[in-house]
Amino acid sequence: MSDPELSTSTALAPESGAAQATTRRMVLNMGPQHPSTHGVLRIVLELDGEIVRKAGPEIGFLHTGIEKQAEALNWQQVVTLTDRMDYLSNLGNNLAYALPVEKLLQIEIPPQAQWMRVLLTELSRINSHAVWLGTHALDLGAMTVYFYCFREREDILRIFELFSGQRMMTSYIRIGGLALEPPRGWQQAVRKFIDALPSKIDEYEDLLNANPIFLRRVQGVGHLPLERLLALGVTGPMIRAAGLKWDIRKAEPYSSYEKFDFEIPVYQESDVWARYRVRLEEMRQSCRIVRQALDGMPEGPWKADAPHVVLPDREKMKTQMEALIYHFKIVTEGFRVPAGEAYVPTESPRGEIGFYVVSDGTSKPLRVFMRTPSFGNLQALPALFEGNLVADSVAALGSMDFVLGDVDR
Amino acid sequence: MEAWNHEAFTGWSTELGEALAWVRPEKIVDLCRYLHDEQGFERLSGVTAIDRYPLEPRFEVLYLLHSISRNLRLKLKVALPGSDPVVPTVTTVWEGANWYERETFDLFGVRFEGHPNLKRLLLPEDWEGHPLRRDFPVHGHKYSYQNE
Repeated sequence: MSDPELSTSTALAPESGAAQATTRRMVLNMGPQHPSTHGVLRIVLELDGEIVRKAGPEIGFLHTGIEKQAEALNWQQVVTLTDRMDYLSNLGNNLAYALPVEKLLQIEIPPQAQWMRVLLTELSRINSHAVWLGTHALDLGAMTVYFYCFREREDILRIFELFSGQRMMTSYIRIGGLALEPPRGWQQAVRKFIDALPSKIDEYEDLLNANPIFLRRVQGVGHLPLERLLALGVTGPMIRAAGLKWDIRKAEPYSSYEKFDFEIPVYQESDVWARYRVRLEEMRQSCRIVRQALDGMPEGPWKADAPHVVLPDREKMKTQMEALIYHFKIVTEGFRVPAGEAYVPTESPRGEIGFYVVSDGTSKPLRVFMRTPSFGNLQALPALFEGNLVADSVAALGSMDFVLGDVDR
Repeated sequence: MEAWNHEAFTGWSTELGEALAWVRPEKIVDLCRYLHDEQGFERLSGVTAIDRYPLEPRFEVLYLLHSISRNLRLKLKVALPGSDPVVPTVTTVWEGANWYERETFDLFGVRFEGHPNLKRLLLPEDWEGHPLRRDFPVHGHKYSYQNE
């Protein structure tokens, strides 16, 4: 503050209309360790008083070379890496990876496995949106919502633990079906949660929708027109909050999404408030999908009839020669995937996630390109920040809902 | 689309329901401009590269195009030599190509000519090498275990 030039730019200008001092821009470093950046993201802000003139995001602090690592593992092992990218939507990532590999292998996934995949990815969508809502509201000063959301998240993680034995790094969706048989009593656990959820979403709305502080901080903030968002490569709820009715689950259905009845929420305003409402509505729609999956869950096997890919049952291994041979081959070498390339886009809680897998016919991938939604969405950050108030930047940042593990990989 | 300019393409295929076109590197910007303006491909889903080491041409730069209005996806590929992989940037067509091209430059060493800010994105600026190349080791970077 001892620098006179710097203080004139930050203090209020005198009302006497004295000759304007030459203002100097202040460079402010936000992150990489900052609670509102939700991970290790560094943003270099150039401020002119309270206005952000330039914002330069710097990423890569969480880069762990997952794409490189994938080339050294066999096809099935890569599933565990996908868990660690977007750590709020692990099952969605598992599914996005399994689909193109299954496309190359040309194996049919039985209906029960497909429906179970839908059910679990929708639960992880609710989980992801709950975490987003809690932390976003916390950034904007509404602390209570955080505890409410994490209460629901805890319930979902217990369900995941019931299924897979793991709370977060589940790796439950595998190439060829599911990792384990669905556990006893899963229907009751899911139904108990899903019956209670709508009233809990009402609770969030009660806390926020009439909260004048929250409303003033989100309405009209962080606006970007749809054309700009599309040009920047943004996907997911941000696009739907800008008025485009586009959801990959409807447009290019995968894993029997075409059999489910749900709406795509669309709002026109393209501000933080619209994004908030889109995500809340998506939680209700996910709830509907989970209920349909629960009620109509088909009977049958939970893994594909493809002995060269899927591990055999324990019982068969002890009685059948072939099963033992397949088990030995899959465990020691891994299965081979026919040479080719495939890409299957899916809708993650954040937007389009897809894995471009390239196989050269061996048991390890030649290349796995991870098209992650957070990476594309984060490119819109300078456009959202520049020309707006510093205080609004945190609201705009939160509304993008990125996960740095997903950005840096 | 093929009728638009035969010279831009060197190959054309549809595998597993995914359309793929091979494009000459010098024609990629014109083609993308045409696809964006007149064919409704308003989104660029991603840009990346595939390293076919030790084959030549070594690199394949891949563009994933998407048209929401027509609900259509298209893959474009450009083959580049291993010695000096250079391709013109498509950031003039889609602003969002910026980070994807930087990432590809960072991890593969493919240069995008005319890119506004072609610097390393994920790795530190003083990093040596391009880790997603197939001849870059997964483990033991900078160390030789053979003499120990």
